[in-house]
Amino acid sequence: MSQDSCYHCGLPVPDTVNFLVEIDGAPRRMCCGGCAAVAKAIVDNGLGDYYRNRDALPDSPREALPAVLDSLALYDHADFQKSFVRALSEHEREASLIIEGITCAACIWLIEQHVARQPGVVGAEVNFSTHRARVRWDERRGKLSDILAAIAAIGYRAYPYDTARSEELAREERRSALWRVFVAGFGMMQVMMYAVPTYLAGEGDMTLGIESLMRWASLVLTLPVVGYSAAPFFRGAWRDFGQRRVGMDVPVALGVGAAFLASVWATLTASGEVYFDSVTMFIFFLLGGRYLEMTARQRAVSVTEALSKLMPAFAARVAAYPAERVLAQVSVADLHPGDVVLVRPGETIPVDGVVLEGNSATNEALLTGESAPVVKAPGAAVIGGSVNVDSPLYVRVEQVGESTRLAAIVGLMERASLERPRLVQFADRVAARFIQALLLVAALVAVAWWFIDPARVLWITVSVLVVTCPCALSLATPVVLTIATGALARAGLLVTRSHAVETLARATHFVFDKTGTLTYGRPELLDVLTLGEFDVATCTALAAGIEHASEHPLGVALREAAEGAVPAVRDVVNTPGCGMQALFEGRTLRVGRLGWVEELHRQMLPESAHALLAGGDTVVGLGDEAGWLALFRFGDRIRPEAAMMVSDLRAAGLRLALLTGDAEVVAAGVAQALGIDEVRAEATPQSKHAYVESLQKQGAVVAMVGDGVNDAPVLARAQVSVAMGGGSQLARTQADLVLLSDNLEHLARGYHVARRSLWVIRQNLAWAFVYNVVALPLAMLGFVTPWMAGLGMSASSLLVVLNSLRLQPRERR
Amino acid sequence: MEILYLLIPLSVVLVFFIGIAFWWSLRSGQYDDLEGPGHRVLMDDDKVREKKPGK
Repeated sequence: MSQDSCYHCGLPVPDTVNFLVEIDGAPRRMCCGGCAAVAKAIVDNGLGDYYRNRDALPDSPREALPAVLDSLALYDHADFQKSFVRALSEHEREASLIIEGITCAACIWLIEQHVARQPGVVGAEVNFSTHRARVRWDERRGKLSDILAAIAAIGYRAYPYDTARSEELAREERRSALWRVFVAGFGMMQVMMYAVPTYLAGEGDMTLGIESLMRWASLVLTLPVVGYSAAPFFRGAWRDFGQRRVGMDVPVALGVGAAFLASVWATLTASGEVYFDSVTMFIFFLLGGRYLEMTARQRAVSVTEALSKLMPAFAARVAAYPAERVLAQVSVADLHPGDVVLVRPGETIPVDGVVLEGNSATNEALLTGESAPVVKAPGAAVIGGSVNVDSPLYVRVEQVGESTRLAAIVGLMERASLERPRLVQFADRVAARFIQALLLVAALVAVAWWFIDPARVLWITVSVLVVTCPCALSLATPVVLTIATGALARAGLLVTRSHAVETLARATHFVFDKTGTLTYGRPELLDVLTLGEFDVATCTALAAGIEHASEHPLGVALREAAEGAVPAVRDVVNTPGCGMQALFEGRTLRVGRLGWVEELHRQMLPESAHALLAGGDTVVGLGDEAGWLALFRFGDRIRPEAAMMVSDLRAAGLRLALLTGDAEVVAAGVAQALGIDEVRAEATPQSKHAYVESLQKQGAVVAMVGDGVNDAPVLARAQVSVAMGGGSQLARTQADLVLLSDNLEHLARGYHVARRSLWVIRQNLAWAFVYNVVALPLAMLGFVTPWMAGLGMSASSLLVVLNSLRLQPRERR
Repeated sequence: MEILYLLIPLSVVLVFFIGIAFWWSLRSGQYDDLEGPGHRVLMDDDKVREKKPGK
């Protein structure tokens, strides 16, 4: 580590500061008071080993600690503790915490050691994979706020988290599944120990007593495997039976039940053959496959989980803003629209709102897929769930709870997961027919073998039942769709309807709306023509100064274009539909419609201005009593990534079209700049609808990308629709996919993900089909024993899941 | 061969004890974090006790 970077966090040390902490016998430089305080806390507690063992640098603690510490006292209230603290005994409590800032394994050690030394703490465990901590303490000797303060003192942030959430359920599911696998696996091994000698022993090698004893021992060990481990199969089959349909579990339950009962009978009567080894092995392979499948699935759905977990539990409400600014820590559920909250750097914004004060940037990566922080100044809208990065923000609450954008996104995603995609419905129908046919075939096989060789009837029938179970067939599609939905969400494309992935992949035509979709949808200052004594910057600043309180889109565009401070003007008068007038250094200035500005000085526009007016764009003038000062040309700028997306989609062989209500000239200009051949300008919502309909009559699968209220009908008409995340609410709820990031490049990426998903589904289906076609005759002819059947079936399901997992994007870590 | 009459029942009993041991390890959360403990064993906290006797 160089001399110039902070020993604690690795950030460069400014020359002006001098914080020194002695670590490992040498003074080390720190970049800020926060780092120095943290490092001192670590060393003073004798935990300096952390610096030797760590293999990643921690986050910088940034903010000075006292502000954080004040709010911690709130966590001691019984009301707040309800959701995340459990009482273990009369005085012992256990809290579930989520810890932010963990970067390497040494952090775990540091936190556990440090927390364990706090008064009253009985135990502390931190889970490295999930960053969750469980802390147990004695209520009489310590307080939770002290524990949280201790964690904060060494540079981490601990938040309580509600254990009653699905994560806990998933953990329970994982544990009980693992236990079932273990029971089956251990039963299998032990039963095999008794089975192998009987296979190896020659005629008369083993006494009847020993053989019978081994059978009984096998029976005792198979009982828990069939009764407990295989219980889910029996339950599933019973449920199917009750609903008068046949599902995956029916053949499995039949096979297991038949083989087990026959073996029990053989044991009781000391006759025939026993199949305990095959039964246990079959159950073990099946459960093992299901366990791996489940862990894969749980990992894939984590995106939705992450989204719903974004909202913090508490917020700092500012009473009597802006006069007194009394801070009070309140639960987010108690916030109402109109309240003002303070969001410190590093905190998550708890509500949708508008920035009142402060300049900062927020990270909306999880919501929109946009990885770069978004700059926020007063007046900017912030989304609940994004993280404030730079400096404190005062935010006025606009939406809370269920009406926030985050809640809407989670709701849309849930809707998608509840609907059963057509593809999956189809696969299920095929599988149900398949099972009916399979049961019939199994019955025929049993009858046939009864005449050929009655001794082999049972296990051949069981093998046929098991080996052809269409698990892989019915897994092939849903697993891919689940993983694809997660991958798309990470790319900023939210799937809100179940069929969207499939239809997007099949699309032949992409139809784009222009305004707000291919362009930003709001005017921007493109050109300034000066006609008077001032230069471009002065004119822009003057116009921005006059428009400084205006909500008009052109006024906003002017303010955005003006750099630095704008001059102060007096006596601003707004004439709606015309423009604004103000006094500046003794002269009257007007900015607005050309004719209205001209009334002020009665002078014609010079010759040089005509070129500017010819383009068809909006032009606004600035003038005073003496004459014209400047002309401003505004236009809707094309999104910079649009051209790349267009060439990308064209390269994939898609037909592109542009539909817009705008004038022919403007539309053609945009289409030409991007390379779209097909243009329909001056289109009404009806004619857009008709155009898409005519494409569909020619057999096209149309994907429509739009943003506005006027696009809603055509979005509904197209087979698959994509709405811009920044577009109207109506368009968003109509659409099958929402492009949260507003980044068109993500759309192209999403299209490729969808295409790959469809390809993987086809692979999976082909594999499942081939497997069944090969395995069925082999089993019917008696070449497959039940345990081989179990292995084959589990392996085919597992292969399908692993193949689907290829769609998952690589984790960054 | 008579010893088998003892060994086979014994093996059955043993299986149940092993099952109980696994059940305990599962319930105590040993399978929840498969990454952390591997790192944790490398952390050396002997020196800490030397520095702070009585703690």
